Amino acid sequence: MRKVFLGAAAAIAITLGTGPASAQNVKIGVVMSFSGQFADPGAQIDNGIKLYMKQNGDTVAGRKIEIIRKDSGGIAPDVAKRLSQEVIVRDGAQVLAGYDLTPNALAAADVSAQAKTFMVNMNAATSVITTKSPYMARTSFTVWQVNEALGAWAYKNGVRKAYTLVSDFGPGWDGEAAFQKGFKDAGGEIIGQARYPVANLDFTAFVQRAKDSNPDGIYIWVPGGPQPAAIGKAIAERGIDKSKVKVMGQGELTYEEALKSMGDAGLGLITAFHYDYNHQSAKNKAFVTAYNTEFKRNPDMFSVGGYDGMHLIYEALKKTAGKTDADSLIAAAKGMRWESPRGPMSIDPETRDVVQTVYIRRVEKVGGHLVNVDIDKIENVKDPWKARQPK
Amino acid sequence: MTSVLGVLFDGFAYGMLLFLLSVGLSVTLGMMNFVNLAHCSFGMIGGYVTVTLMNSMGWPFLATLPMAFIAAAATSVVFERTMFRRLYRASDLDQCLLTIGLVFASVAAAAYIYGTIQQPVNLPSYLRGSYQVMGVTLGAYRLFLIAFSLVVTAVLVISLEYTRFGAQVRAAVDNQRMARGLGINVDGAFAITFALGSGLAGLGGALAIDIVGLDPSFALAYLVYVLIVVSVGGLGSIGGSFVAATLLGISDMAGKYYFPEIGSFLIYLVMISLLMWRPAGLFGRRA
Repeated sequence: MRKVFLGAAAAIAITLGTGPASAQNVKIGVVMSFSGQFADPGAQIDNGIKLYMKQNGDTVAGRKIEIIRKDSGGIAPDVAKRLSQEVIVRDGAQVLAGYDLTPNALAAADVSAQAKTFMVNMNAATSVITTKSPYMARTSFTVWQVNEALGAWAYKNGVRKAYTLVSDFGPGWDGEAAFQKGFKDAGGEIIGQARYPVANLDFTAFVQRAKDSNPDGIYIWVPGGPQPAAIGKAIAERGIDKSKVKVMGQGELTYEEALKSMGDAGLGLITAFHYDYNHQSAKNKAFVTAYNTEFKRNPDMFSVGGYDGMHLIYEALKKTAGKTDADSLIAAAKGMRWESPRGPMSIDPETRDVVQTVYIRRVEKVGGHLVNVDIDKIENVKDPWKARQPK
Repeated sequence: MTSVLGVLFDGFAYGMLLFLLSVGLSVTLGMMNFVNLAHCSFGMIGGYVTVTLMNSMGWPFLATLPMAFIAAAATSVVFERTMFRRLYRASDLDQCLLTIGLVFASVAAAAYIYGTIQQPVNLPSYLRGSYQVMGVTLGAYRLFLIAFSLVVTAVLVISLEYTRFGAQVRAAVDNQRMARGLGINVDGAFAITFALGSGLAGLGGALAIDIVGLDPSFALAYLVYVLIVVSVGGLGSIGGSFVAATLLGISDMAGKYYFPEIGSFLIYLVMISLLMWRPAGLFGRRA
């Protein structure tokens, strides 16, 4: 008898808990890795989300914003899909956000499309993702966007014969194809290329081969983790003179920890990226200061993806006056334009993908620290891959 | 021609790194018949000791190397006395299960203490950069690695083959009961051997940071290479490990240089063909 009573009480409590009071809330299901190998990027995206909410309050258009965090625990498309479904069906989320990894974002895109739910991809960078749901927008970058721009820049800045060295998996191939396309279209020649195994440890042989083919530019695509530092050191040790041979890559090559490990070996590396904590603008300085105070570390590309993702959700909600159906929200997001810590950015009204400035940076020593210093920029870069797809 | 010399040099240096990491396992596996998959975890301890001493206490790189050796050796003795010795007579599978469990525990512990980020190490300037000798690029650090490993090998061979302690260890391995009967402290000899092997792994871990980096996955990333060296070289043979590590280091380097598309497979092809030719390894004593 007592058990029955307790059960009934609990049932009533649950019903009350999900009663009319919280129906006013806008629930955002954030699905990404909070544990496992990709826990740190996940934490940085989440920090971006937290900071934005701290600065802008948790009420938009009269509705309280509630974040529901779900841990996909790494590369696990099935888990990401299930969690996205759960957060919509069980928790009543009206918006999906997060998505650190391409396979997870692709799997969750189906959920967004079928459940007609607005989805903000805050990180995953493969071009094709946003085509999979008409309700998805992206606030990070695409591999094609950054690397094709870099290829064209390289030719314009004197590189004629380039060698490409990339990690042998999806994003690496994308980087290779994008750089080569940008570089060849501009008139450059690829004189050699290699793909190194994903789990490679020692890079001496690959770097020596690149050097022996006598290029005047070497392009590298490397994921974060231990490899950027290992490559950077191998390049310095092989005696490649970076004043004669431009060594270029996507931003991961010179991220904060990698530069710490490389030491002076990293000097002169050139990378293309959409964000760095050292980017010089009043907006970014304020962002970095607030971030440092809050989390005792520097923001990175993950943080800014989360921060801008929240901005997009907030502004879209303001435009719809709090309406959360996917059609209204995506219509509001299309063409949205704002000043981010990374600089001016917007959401392409046609592809719902991010349009932004790609910065070309060189590693230099400023005040005793190695940082990425902006040396050039290419404005209003759209994802070039999507522009070439048949409509 | 110069590219051949360059590949030989770099491959030899890489082989020496593999040798330092694996020779300890060859000794414990071959002499004590204990399958210690956690060997690279002791290597990782050495790496983290070096990083901590350098970055938090400002020790010079060379001074941290003995500490890396001692820390790895001391930790391994604690584990040997409390856990491993109970399983000396257990089946291979039991030993594998215990030690692979330790590997995962060590990976988690390193991630808990140091985080999953890369640990930076800044070498002194005399170990950085490279020399040009007859058109071949010789990395300063690789020269150091080779010289260091050759000295370690010499010390190891001399102490196991020509000293009283070495004779005791070999006697204990060949016939434990007889050795005990002659008054040799078998347990003690094994404990010291174990510590020595783990200490060398610690050294290898410390020396590896500059070439391949250090993060919690170190304990697993090197396990395969170390096992290849030990099996190709033959259990319990220091000379065998040396030759195997050299061969594998050079073939890995040559494969990646000349055939980058398939280069990373070459090390496995070499392993398979060598083991088909000599199943007990190049210098193996037991089939």
